Amino acid sequence: MTLLKIDNLQASVGEKPILKGLSLTINPGEIHAIMGPNGAGKSTTGYVLGGRPGYTVTGGSVEFMGQDLMELEPHERAALGLFLGFQYPVEIPGVSFVQFLREAANAQRKGRGEEPYSGGEFLKLAKEKAGLLKMDMDMLKRPVNVGFSGGEKKRAEMVQMGILDPKLAILDETDSGLDIDALRICGEGINSIMRAPDKAVLLITHYQRLLDYVKPDFVHVLAGGRIVKSGGPELALELEEQGYEAVA
Amino acid sequence: MNVELTLPTRKDEDFRYADIEALGTVWPVLREEIVIAAGREESSQVIELGEGAVVRHLDIRLEKGAKFDLRVLTAGPGYGRIAVDVTLAEGADFTLGAAQLATGKEMLELVTKVRHAGENATSSQIVRTVLAGYSTGTYLGCIAVDRGADGTDAEQSVRAMLLDRTATANARPELEIYADDVKAAHGCAVGELDDEGLFYLMSRGLPPAQAKKLMLQAFIAEAFAGAPEEEALDTAALERLAKLVEAGL
Repeated sequence: MTLLKIDNLQASVGEKPILKGLSLTINPGEIHAIMGPNGAGKSTTGYVLGGRPGYTVTGGSVEFMGQDLMELEPHERAALGLFLGFQYPVEIPGVSFVQFLREAANAQRKGRGEEPYSGGEFLKLAKEKAGLLKMDMDMLKRPVNVGFSGGEKKRAEMVQMGILDPKLAILDETDSGLDIDALRICGEGINSIMRAPDKAVLLITHYQRLLDYVKPDFVHVLAGGRIVKSGGPELALELEEQGYEAVA
Repeated sequence: MNVELTLPTRKDEDFRYADIEALGTVWPVLREEIVIAAGREESSQVIELGEGAVVRHLDIRLEKGAKFDLRVLTAGPGYGRIAVDVTLAEGADFTLGAAQLATGKEMLELVTKVRHAGENATSSQIVRTVLAGYSTGTYLGCIAVDRGADGTDAEQSVRAMLLDRTATANARPELEIYADDVKAAHGCAVGELDDEGLFYLMSRGLPPAQAKKLMLQAFIAEAFAGAPEEEALDTAALERLAKLVEAGL
């Protein structure tokens, strides 16, 4: 079964059309990368799929796990197995990561008719996923993203992804703001959490470097709100060498 | 006990935002006198969760070196007014942490007068107000520093959160300073829940009401942090926050 099927998607931010007929199909087990110049609509794609208020779908359709994704609220999309990794994770003073993630995970489980995690079960799970991203558990007891460096925020996003265990992860510039070591740790984290026959990843990125660690099956070039070229992993290398203008 | 017999009017600055009609149903109001003896350390709380009109007036005197920790939670009354007058002698320390939570057409107010009468006294006020529906929340807070009360350190942190555009927050922090060596910090802000934060929480699977409740819980947390009865205060506040959020959706 197809995991995600985007068909001729058009979307605006305010009055401004950004996506102008985006089509993309993702099957379980696949890793896709969307690359493209600034202003192409990369982040908009992530936000529209995540259901961020302020982004209006003006045409086309999106099906996820056999359901009309655009009909669902953000939390319902999450419960269905969608995870959006933020380019700029939001700081929320006063709310601890552990409390928030346990509530979020249990809200998702409730939505799927599963038993909630007990405190002990959840802490064990959080510790395991934090370890995967080489993150100290103490950091997860702190308020959400407050005082975290850019790299720590991105690693914390990956820890959240590990805990929430989605079917499809859309990762918006997870590589931006990362030093070389953090890039490797995040890349390995994505592989160990999301490389599975029933899961898929959509990487949104400017650069080839993350793709050295997370090898994509398909690479797409987004320009002017549409996918203008698709290919295999070699397309990313070609883009890196020659630039978007020459290739797309 | 001290009683003022004449019902105030809105011309009286301290009653500018008061619901005089509701006030009339419980007037006159007895002043509750609290004296903390020199060197003593005590704490107390005012928790008003009932309906109807609730008006209280606390008159607190801290003697030399005394410490008093007061927490206030007003969440429920149609009209709720808590007035707190405090006088601090030399080296005394006063802490106020208060939360007002209102919805519907409820009207809540907190009126404080903190007078530093002696040297080196410290006071801290943290007030958090959450307003839904057509409710009104008011904070009138005066810090007075007497002549010669040098070494005073007085702090006011006042924040209100509007869950609906139809709610009203009034805040009037005031400083009257007659001493030279004084530290007085006050901050006052009225805002709305951060949309970006809400979307972030929802994108992880929290339904909108739960995401809002979590953010509001964090917003008022400071008011009760470190209180001897912190857990009981938090629990009572959370229950009310859930109602405010549901009413506002």
